[in-house]
Amino acid sequence: MVQAQSAADARAAAQSRVRLELLTELVRKDLKVKYKNSALGFIWSLANPLLYLAVFTLVFDKLLKNGIEAFPVLFMSGFLVWNFFNLATLSGTGSVVGNANLVRKVRFPRVVLPLSSVGFAGVHFVLQLGVLLVVLALFYRDAFGPQLVLLVPALAVVLVFATAMALLASALNVRYRDVEHLLEVILLAWFWLTPIVYPVTYVRDELAGSPWLFRLYLANPMTGVVTAMQRAIYVHPVTGGRQILPAGGYGFYLTWLGVGGAIALALLAAGLWTFRRLQADFAEEL
Amino acid sequence: MGAPTIVADGVGKRFQLHHRRATSLKERLLLHRQSSSEGFWALREVDLEIGAGQTVGLIGPNGSGKSTLLKVLSGILAPTTGTVAVRGRVASLLELGAGFNGELTGRENVYLNAAILGLPRRETARYFDDIVAFAELEPFIDNQVKHYSSGQYVRLGFAVAVHVSPDILLIDEVLAVGDESFQRKCLNKIAEFQQRGCTILFVTHALDLIPRICSRGVVLDHGRVLHDGDPVEAAERLRSLLGTGADQSGGAAAGTDRPKVAAVRLFDPASGAGKGHFRGGEAMAVELDVAAPAGSAPVAVRMAVTGPADVPMWVMDSEPLHPGPDGTATVRFTVKELPQIKGIYALAVAVRDPASNVTYDARRFGEAFLAAGDTATGVLEVVWTAEQVEHQVQP
Repeated sequence: MVQAQSAADARAAAQSRVRLELLTELVRKDLKVKYKNSALGFIWSLANPLLYLAVFTLVFDKLLKNGIEAFPVLFMSGFLVWNFFNLATLSGTGSVVGNANLVRKVRFPRVVLPLSSVGFAGVHFVLQLGVLLVVLALFYRDAFGPQLVLLVPALAVVLVFATAMALLASALNVRYRDVEHLLEVILLAWFWLTPIVYPVTYVRDELAGSPWLFRLYLANPMTGVVTAMQRAIYVHPVTGGRQILPAGGYGFYLTWLGVGGAIALALLAAGLWTFRRLQADFAEEL
Repeated sequence: MGAPTIVADGVGKRFQLHHRRATSLKERLLLHRQSSSEGFWALREVDLEIGAGQTVGLIGPNGSGKSTLLKVLSGILAPTTGTVAVRGRVASLLELGAGFNGELTGRENVYLNAAILGLPRRETARYFDDIVAFAELEPFIDNQVKHYSSGQYVRLGFAVAVHVSPDILLIDEVLAVGDESFQRKCLNKIAEFQQRGCTILFVTHALDLIPRICSRGVVLDHGRVLHDGDPVEAAERLRSLLGTGADQSGGAAAGTDRPKVAAVRLFDPASGAGKGHFRGGEAMAVELDVAAPAGSAPVAVRMAVTGPADVPMWVMDSEPLHPGPDGTATVRFTVKELPQIKGIYALAVAVRDPASNVTYDARRFGEAFLAAGDTATGVLEVVWTAEQVEHQVQP
């Protein structure tokens, strides 16, 4: 009897705990729904970054002639990870509201909804990154070196940061639907405030007179992530006599990744706290 | 009664009234000053302890808080006051197929829904064929769910929910959906759960179901527990609350020049006291007033006691009645000893021409009386024996 009861307790707990299996199942669902009835299916997920690549290369490389060697590589190394962050945040924001029928009718750990959005974006990112690495292996063989290790901390930070954003925004969005629209605008501005299309060194030179402003600029966790990604993949630190990426070992990158990571962790704690506090009312507010 | 699997202690649930709610930052700012704490209490001080293996029927008028209570117990809504403790895996059928995604196939939805309800994928794989067979969807399981009929949708939802081997089943009026054969299947499944010791709490408006499958009935009204105990009494309590205990339906508009049913009274023949709740073996008297135009020819009254689905249990015919000078007549039927039947019965009465058997007026007094028993093991309690028959060995 006691055993049966503890088994029942375990089953009760299993319903409110975040299980990896449930997460995978939800990510699988999102992917299936997205690519159902499309002949090319998953290949479409490559279309968006390719389009951006074409446009930005045309505009900044060919028309504005920024003179950066292998600009497409510099751009993609930052853009893909930004795309992950962007997609995870935006789809995470709508994840609870979008699954209203589930939230109002079924008992399950609500936190899996934003988490599965991050997973959904993550699957796309891994695929896109894989394609990028294949392309690099074919055309930019010299990209592969020990600096690739920087991918590990960079991806860890962006994962935490995106999760934090998704948690926070999804919970707030239930009460204030403005959050979704607000975030779309903010993310657009954020994109341009992150050194994706231009090198971070240009900003450093521009802000040479006000180092604190530059530090503030670098405190954006996505700047740390993007520059580390660029350092890991892009191997032309100097082109045309101009420094593209900060020189001198990995110190700069690791420092700002550390700062970004600390901010991301703090935000994650805030996101979890907010989500926990608000989730009791989700079923009512939807 | 086993150890409690559901314990609700002083549970209250207040909803913010909708017109007060700020749903955007702008409104939030504008409403800032007047955002009041006024609200609507859907549940108030509900104490409920449900032991393992009990089947509890939850009934009440519309808006009495039944669905809210189920949602609170299943952990979907957080109670405003009090606490809820639940032991075991809960499968709540608040809406069949909630969480199905129309774009996915039946197969994919089974795995998704089972995962949401807490079943590991390999276990779902083990039950998969059973689920599909139960839902009778073998040929369609790889079709997208959006192409399903509502019946198919509901069947698949119920099939998944009952196959995740829940300890506690919370059912909200979903049995009303689906055709008769599927309803029977659901009831069989519920009986199976009862045998397995599963705790069941279900909301229904089909009051005749309550004594049939529940061991306990809880009546909610305005968010409070009005009655908690015998299921037949619970049904009666609700009926008196709804005012449907007596005169409920009928066709009194059959013209003024014809004899009509005027009133029906049920009472205890010994004391003459009105009564609506009888036990098997007791005596029951029914008096019926007929109003006919003055100087009418004699009329006869037929009264049928009908059970679930209006099946007549027995029929009583009166001798021709001679209306008095004012056209009224009263007939009293006395049942000396009610059979050992359990459930809720209606009276179907008809005023007829004794010569031609033409019906002048017929009325149905829905849920006219109740006959109670200890447990609902069947409608009838018949004295019977079982003995082994010796086989004659043929030479």
